[in-house]
Amino acid sequence: MVARVASSAVGDKLAVAAAEPRSSLWRETSRRFRRHRLAMVGTVILLAMVIAVLGGPLVWRLPINEIDFKAKLKTPTWSHPLGTDDLGQDLLARMLYGGRISLAVGIAAMLIAISIGTAIGASSGYLGGGVDHALMRITDMFLSLPGLPLLLLIVYLFRDTLRKTLGPEVGVFILIVAVIGGLRWMPVARLVRAQFLSLREKEFVESARSLGAAPLRQVVRHILPNSMGPVIVAGTIDVAAAIIAESTLSFLGLGFPPDIPTWGRILFDAKDNLDFAPHWALFPGTAIFLTVLSINYIGDGLRDALDPRKVLGK
Amino acid sequence: MSKYLLRRTLISIPVLVGISAVLFTILALAPGDPFEELATNPNVPAEVRMNLRAKFGLDDPLPLRYARWAVSMARGDWGFSFVSRVDVDTLIVQRLPATLAVLGSALFLAILIAVPIGTYSALRPYSMFDQAATTLAFIGFSLPTFFTGLLFILLFSIQLDWLPFIYRADISATGWRWYWEHVRQAIMPVAVLGLFQAASMTRFMRAAVLDVIRLDYVNTARAKGLSERATLVKHVVRNALIPVVTLVALQIPNIFGGAIVTEQIFRVPGIGSLLIASILANDTPVVMAVTFIFSCLVVVSNLAADLLYGWLDPRISYR
Repeated sequence: MVARVASSAVGDKLAVAAAEPRSSLWRETSRRFRRHRLAMVGTVILLAMVIAVLGGPLVWRLPINEIDFKAKLKTPTWSHPLGTDDLGQDLLARMLYGGRISLAVGIAAMLIAISIGTAIGASSGYLGGGVDHALMRITDMFLSLPGLPLLLLIVYLFRDTLRKTLGPEVGVFILIVAVIGGLRWMPVARLVRAQFLSLREKEFVESARSLGAAPLRQVVRHILPNSMGPVIVAGTIDVAAAIIAESTLSFLGLGFPPDIPTWGRILFDAKDNLDFAPHWALFPGTAIFLTVLSINYIGDGLRDALDPRKVLGK
Repeated sequence: MSKYLLRRTLISIPVLVGISAVLFTILALAPGDPFEELATNPNVPAEVRMNLRAKFGLDDPLPLRYARWAVSMARGDWGFSFVSRVDVDTLIVQRLPATLAVLGSALFLAILIAVPIGTYSALRPYSMFDQAATTLAFIGFSLPTFFTGLLFILLFSIQLDWLPFIYRADISATGWRWYWEHVRQAIMPVAVLGLFQAASMTRFMRAAVLDVIRLDYVNTARAKGLSERATLVKHVVRNALIPVVTLVALQIPNIFGGAIVTEQIFRVPGIGSLLIASILANDTPVVMAVTFIFSCLVVVSNLAADLLYGWLDPRISYR
């Protein structure tokens, strides 16, 4: 009797499960991501930032470089919601413009880091042997390079040439993105390699191999998609790290030129006026902080959502 | 143990050679010519310029130039600063102690904060304390050091007027007063760097203790009647520190980045602010030397982490 009740209960559950829409991996992941409250708050804040920097300049039409000495160092008012700087330039307009660059640098550098890291980690993990050994030695060496000093050195040496050949904005953008991305791929390479080492021995890859899949197909269709979880998390965190790296460069006065107000550059200009115009430094600093905090929380939420060990638990 | 030490030291030599090769290649690939000024100066004939180039070996193949540069670096001939008019190595010897003092105190502060808080959080996971600590840690490593530095200046120097925001090497006071002034001006740079490191270290520590606390030997230690304190200190924390040391070692290059920023904000006369000043003044020999010193510091701290690792986990030493 008891057994029959139990089995019918199981049957009901199965029927319910079958009636539900098929839950794909991504739907399952997004369901778990939405449970992470702070990650959702981070997503909302970040989306608001992205919409603001993309759409803001269309609504807030004050130019970023209109000099007005009558309105210099004004604290926030209705005509200048975030105040003005020492030349009377509107800070809201400058922040919106700079935010585009800061976010673009973050995303572009992350893409570079992930591409290099995945390529190196995949070759290392799939090919193994001497290639693996050599690539991992290179990765180790890059890991012990001092990031910021090297970044400063390269920007110092190559800035003028690139500025001359590609123009101040594009040249510096390409240089900064390439160098930040080129110095941050190592953790991704290690993650991908570790994933490949375990995945290439798994049964589903074995079966693809015995069905005659070429190595490239095994990698691209079977191993790579299954190793992307940790890479997505690392990539998210990399966006935050790249934004900080760019802001640090600009803050030291060695990033974008003064007429391109990235958030770090505004802070650099503001830092000597802290005692009588603190708003000038507080707004860009808070913008960087909120963006980085949101991205870090999103990364944390993704880590929880993509962790296969938690799939059965919840 | 000494064999392990020797092997680790020998492994770091090729790394240093690799790093110096990378630095030299970057310098060699960079546009710009030390004799550019002579080339544009009509009073200097072309033959003189050619002779000078030949004398300094600028037209030799890259590997030969690298070898020559590496040998002179190894012999302690680091070049001459165009701007300060002194040898680069004297300049660095003057500046290095301030950097090491700030970095060392910051690391000490970070350990002092992170180990107890991380451990306590992990002992009571998801408690109020844990949630507060986790949130603060997230805020801590999302706040870039340059912004924390400015906030500290705004709060403690400008609003409250408690601490000086410019670091001075030439304090005239004597005796206790001298020490006190030095401590006072070091508080903010050390706090900025230390809190930033403590934030990520707390998270590592919490995760590591959570992993260790469930293990059988902890139960054994409790079952045989060890006090909770002895169990924690000798069995839990010591073993939890093993992965933390690895993770902190991986973060060392970031920490040096933070040190450069902090030195620049508070004008600490260390090698970080020297680097920025030399870059702004186009003083290439100093820029190269400081970058190389930072690489050496990274390698040396990795070595120190390895040794610490061997002490924490004796199984490694005898392998």
